[in-house]
Amino acid sequence: MSPAVTLAAGEASQHRPLIITLFAVFVAATLVITVWAGRQTRSAADFYAGGRQFTGFQNGLAVSGDYMSAASFLGIAGAIALFGYDGFLYSIGFLVAWLVALLLVAEPLRNSGRYTMGDVLAYRMRQRPVRTAAGTSTIVVSIFYLLAQMAGAGVLVSLLLGITSDAGKIGIVALVGVLMIVYVTIGGMKGTTWVQMVKAVLLIAGAILLTFLVLLKFHFNVSDLLGRAADNSGKGTAFLEPGLKYGATGTTKLDFISLGLALVLGTAGLPHILIRFYTVPTARAARKSVIWAIGLIGAFYLMTLALGFGAAALIKPEEIIASNKAGNTAAPLLALHLGGVDSDWGAVLLATISAVAFATILAVVAGLTLASSSSFAHDIYANVIKKGQATEKQEVGAARWASVGIGAVSIVLGALARDLNVAGLVALAFAVAASANLPTILYSLFWKRFTTSGALWSIYGGLVTAVGLVLFSPVVSGSPASMFPDVDFHWFPLENPGIISIPVGFLLGAVGTLLSKEVPDADKYAELEVRSLTGTGAH
Amino acid sequence: MATETPPPAKPQAPLPSAEQFTEVRDSAEFGELRRAHRSFAFPLTIAFIAWYLLYVLLSNYAGGFMGTKVAGNVNMALVLGLAQFLTTFLIAWWYARHAAARLDPKAEAIKSRMEGAE
Repeated sequence: MSPAVTLAAGEASQHRPLIITLFAVFVAATLVITVWAGRQTRSAADFYAGGRQFTGFQNGLAVSGDYMSAASFLGIAGAIALFGYDGFLYSIGFLVAWLVALLLVAEPLRNSGRYTMGDVLAYRMRQRPVRTAAGTSTIVVSIFYLLAQMAGAGVLVSLLLGITSDAGKIGIVALVGVLMIVYVTIGGMKGTTWVQMVKAVLLIAGAILLTFLVLLKFHFNVSDLLGRAADNSGKGTAFLEPGLKYGATGTTKLDFISLGLALVLGTAGLPHILIRFYTVPTARAARKSVIWAIGLIGAFYLMTLALGFGAAALIKPEEIIASNKAGNTAAPLLALHLGGVDSDWGAVLLATISAVAFATILAVVAGLTLASSSSFAHDIYANVIKKGQATEKQEVGAARWASVGIGAVSIVLGALARDLNVAGLVALAFAVAASANLPTILYSLFWKRFTTSGALWSIYGGLVTAVGLVLFSPVVSGSPASMFPDVDFHWFPLENPGIISIPVGFLLGAVGTLLSKEVPDADKYAELEVRSLTGTGAH
Repeated sequence: MATETPPPAKPQAPLPSAEQFTEVRDSAEFGELRRAHRSFAFPLTIAFIAWYLLYVLLSNYAGGFMGTKVAGNVNMALVLGLAQFLTTFLIAWWYARHAAARLDPKAEAIKSRMEGAE
């Protein structure tokens, strides 16, 4: 460990009671919300969709809470702090992507679905195979996303509490896993939604505070801030231009395009985001949620720009890297430096921002667990295993057990992924979502001829291509920053598979449809078209 | 092919029949609603994705241009990045207006007639 980190940890350790108190207050508050929501959760619609009684604004806040994950807060700020301008691409892609959801997906989904993404994918298809596929890809995407959150939690807590032993970190990851199981099994969607809203308010407030302090330091002169960041980074004006991370070679440039595609097309295929639209009563309210989310998320990403460049301007890059190789701790370190490294105020600020980041992780993790266990229970258990004959009680029971299983899996995987950049990991989840889910969502809604085999080819083809390419990419093996740095079985040169796997997903959907002799169900398509645009018979 | 499982029972009134849905789908009124949505959403989607990809490509292959100073240390890359934010906000606002004026009244009329007809 470098002196800088020991210092940070040492500072933090003097104030450990404060930090633990803040963490405990948040956890206690969210548990109260969860128990309160749990007592009102009776039907399946309550458990899966929070009773569908949230307003557009409330859900917009909750959507933002679900979306502004550790990747946004810790990952983007860290990427900007280390690579300058190239970190900014993440926020642009993450934001622009919302337009796909707004224009094409959110309202039709709300109108024609019930609880899961699979409801829409399987609407006019043979239920069992398509729901199995939809459930599988929901769980895979959510687990990729969960990995990132778990990595963030481990990093954060080891910085704060000075826990550096592997056993300690794994203990923290396990604690997060247990909490997420409690949130989901007891509070269901209603509890999770309120936790998201509280978290969104805390996160935005924390970002406003840090942004204000950064700008105050530079007398609200953005140009000065950028200049200092460029000087302090040791890279000069190149720090403010594209290319530091992705401009080195033709391959890294291709990686940048791949990442860009995955980001912009991924959001509208993320199951944990899509199921949030079932928590409002109408498509119009779903639209309002997206508009609010775009406003809130956009404002937040503008602030991460100040945080990232602020960290670059005020902290030596070696200190950021020493604390976490991938830059994930830049935002909490910035808080410490803004308050003053040797002052109580600095430690208080560090504790507060870390508690906010911890809250962020817990809330997103709960949303992901809910999405994957809902899909398991509703798509796979109720419609495939029980062939549609499960009672609501059995279905919700299955969802609760599934969340325990998913919690356990992500605890194990989370321990493996702790040194990868959190934003990079989330980008992989986006790539899988864009390759496996988005093509089928769009074809189902807008392409009359689309068939069951098209859906299966597209979901499984996109999924296998995306996950397979990641497996053989430098993210997993063959480079010092890999998940397994000591072995090398990589042959795919890019870190993000999107540029190959997304076109493959779309192409296979079309090829699978055109090659099959299956006749599409015309009645069902008429029904889906009318329902998705008008809301007739919406649940 | 028909679905293997019937849609689960729900507390509300049953859905209109397949004939009713097909009839409505083929009606001029629904055709207008669908056109009003697609003719707005599809070109705009292509446009904003193209604009976003242009930005990605410029970042990659037009380093000199992106590095041009605009004001102080603020360069073209930052201005174009912020422009992506601006266009996203504008498109969201524009779609909300379009939907409220051109889509919601038509959708509401069809929905209330179909649900009332049961």
